[in-house]
Amino acid sequence: MSKRHKRMAAVAALLVGIGLAAVLGFTAFRKNMMYFYTPSDLLSGQLAAGAALQLGGLVEKGSLKHGDGLNIDFVMSDCRHAVPVHYEGILPDLFREGQGVVATGHMSAGPVFVASTILAKHDENYMPPNVAKAVGTVDGKHSCAPFKSVTASK
Amino acid sequence: MIPELGHFAVILALGVALLQAGLPLLGWRRRDARLLAFAGSAAQAQFLCVAAAYACLTYAFVTKDFSVAYVADNDHSQLPLIYRITAVWGAHEGSLLLWVLILSGWTLAVSIFNRRLPLDLSALVLSVLGMISSGFYLFILLTSNPFIRQVPAPAEGRDLNPILQDPGLAIHPPMLYMGYVGFSVAFSFAIAALITGRLDAAWARWTRPWTTAAWMFLTLGITLGSWWAYKELGWGGWWFWDPVENASFMPWLAGTALIHSLAVTEKRGLLKSWTVLLAILAFSLSLLGTFLVRSGVLVSVHAFASDPSRGRFILGFMAVVVGGALTLYAWRAPRLSGGGELQLFSREGLLLFNNVFLVAACAAVLLGTLYPLALDALGLGKISVGPPYFNAVFLPMIAPLFLLVGLAAVVPWKRGHWRETVRRLKRPALAALVLAVVLPFALHGRTTLLAASGALFGGWAIVAAAQDVLRRIRAKPHWRGGVAAVPRAVWGMTLAHIGLGLWALGVSGVISFGDEKDVRLARGAETELGGYSFRFEQAGETAGPNYTAQQGTVTVERDNKLVATLYPQKRLYPSQGTVLTQSSIDAGLLRDLYVSLGQGYDDGSWSLRVYYKPVIRLIWLGGVFMFFGGLLAASDRRYRLARAAERRAVEAVEAAAA
Repeated sequence: MSKRHKRMAAVAALLVGIGLAAVLGFTAFRKNMMYFYTPSDLLSGQLAAGAALQLGGLVEKGSLKHGDGLNIDFVMSDCRHAVPVHYEGILPDLFREGQGVVATGHMSAGPVFVASTILAKHDENYMPPNVAKAVGTVDGKHSCAPFKSVTASK
Repeated sequence: MIPELGHFAVILALGVALLQAGLPLLGWRRRDARLLAFAGSAAQAQFLCVAAAYACLTYAFVTKDFSVAYVADNDHSQLPLIYRITAVWGAHEGSLLLWVLILSGWTLAVSIFNRRLPLDLSALVLSVLGMISSGFYLFILLTSNPFIRQVPAPAEGRDLNPILQDPGLAIHPPMLYMGYVGFSVAFSFAIAALITGRLDAAWARWTRPWTTAAWMFLTLGITLGSWWAYKELGWGGWWFWDPVENASFMPWLAGTALIHSLAVTEKRGLLKSWTVLLAILAFSLSLLGTFLVRSGVLVSVHAFASDPSRGRFILGFMAVVVGGALTLYAWRAPRLSGGGELQLFSREGLLLFNNVFLVAACAAVLLGTLYPLALDALGLGKISVGPPYFNAVFLPMIAPLFLLVGLAAVVPWKRGHWRETVRRLKRPALAALVLAVVLPFALHGRTTLLAASGALFGGWAIVAAAQDVLRRIRAKPHWRGGVAAVPRAVWGMTLAHIGLGLWALGVSGVISFGDEKDVRLARGAETELGGYSFRFEQAGETAGPNYTAQQGTVTVERDNKLVATLYPQKRLYPSQGTVLTQSSIDAGLLRDLYVSLGQGYDDGSWSLRVYYKPVIRLIWLGGVFMFFGGLLAASDRRYRLARAAERRAVEAVEAAAA
């Protein structure tokens, strides 16, 4: 094999490698990306049951209930619609009624959103930007009285 | 009065930095040695100004001057002194001041250690550093001034965020910034090389210690951040693929690639323009990291207050720096080409593969970090990519790097020989295989595919790296002479590669055999995890200097023998009304036992999160090994000797020209 051929072979191998890495990357990407929903998005219902997704909203005041063991139920809302959420585990420190949280999980029959993780931010005024936007668009038309006014504090 | 002095010092520093950026360039055009020499004095003056400004802000924090808005937001009268000092970088404005302090510190170091460099190169490096500093001073003065007063002054400060009141976090940001900012030196060297069109082995030798130094600080910063997140956030994880973590990890990957390509450029005069491109990339990613963290575009645990004008400023600044650098690169890089033929099966060829994998891994992380932001910005929906993506893509891409670590230790420069390579790698390969089979069973009594491959790759990297250095020592008649004969750079490389192996052992071990559970326990109740039984004894009240806490007592037994007593706390910081989980950890090299408190119930029971984390310490130990490896490599005698020799040559030429 001449030098030229060798170099071409090396370049070809490199291109194949990069292509493979790109395919691998994008496949993994598609498989693992999660869409972010607000309760309104969720209930407008174009959703495959069981698909993993993120749900962001405010914890409705007075809705938090502790069951046996570590079972927890609460209602997540974006002022327009509300979704019951079930979670088994320990809630983050900043989980409070009336504040914004993001839950990862899936919809199950009920319809109840079954959360596998729940995130609340380490800042009491924090509001997931996604939720802030969702709530912000409806602030004018709907009263968000049960919720702390988180959008205004920015 | 003092804060105004600080404000003034920043303005003065801006002026000096602008002069430092402009005059040497002019001097270079006009071949005026006096203007070139001015760069060094400017660097020193600039450092004095920023140090004064920083001291003023620290003074305001220590004396609790709540009339300064930034102090009032992040200080509190009951905050312990040590945290009043670290609170200076507890939020956006102050951490930027720390950033420029460190940048001017690096600039000062360059001006001192580069006295032996050719004057024009040294002055151009300082000039580029001056441009970067000017940008950041403008950023501080226009959008993020920490010295602004507020009237009326509040009687009490709003306190430092309690999760930042921790020794791990006190040193994490300075180390991280040392790394981020340190890449600006490699960047400036690259730009200076593009401007002068001179890029030779000497250039690579000057650039290497700076790059290695920046890299080692970044390594330590990331390691500390990981350790802090583990113990302080109470989730027991050591890496979350959080966008802000990725923001620090991408420059690390690019910087690691840069260290290796610089070796090729120095030893073989190859990959010149690629090395320059990597230097630009590493610093651009540092800037990108700053942008991501500061602009508030991220949904992240690092919830810095966001302000769109700041984001716009950094984005603009980044566009100027990166765009300018790449334009200069496109214009001048073709001049840099040269050097000889590159054989793929040789040390330089293997290092090229190392670069390909590192840059591909970096690109994968970049994709996962930026793609969701891009979609959101374009209004195409909000998505997030979780850890599964990063794990699925990142792990296969770095696995080949471990093979390369072993290979590169025995394959010589220029051209390798298969037979010789196989002969010398037989023993490490055998050792790694034995480890892969035996180690998981020895430690945990069972094995998984991941644990076995982790032990295989990690063991291979460790044994191959150690064998290389042993061989060098054995080449001398006496081991003491042998140890002394091994250059520090080789010791450094060996330590860093062993660190990489330890990291692999730790990661695969903790993922394979780690266990966790959430439980609700009444007083005296027990739960089993990882062969240990955790008994919840009681919960009581306790207090610290600026918080009150509920404290649980958990005893851990194994085979009916007491192993540890843990005291996890739930702290309430009244100043901000913040509740914080303080985990309690019984740490060991082979396993951590970790308990954090959930919440108390009316019937006296508590929910607890319990973790069994085997070999997790190896992950951070690996980082520490890499740090010390970098320290040894950067302090290699050869750099100083070579610099002295080159300086004599330069002086001779300059004397002849005069």
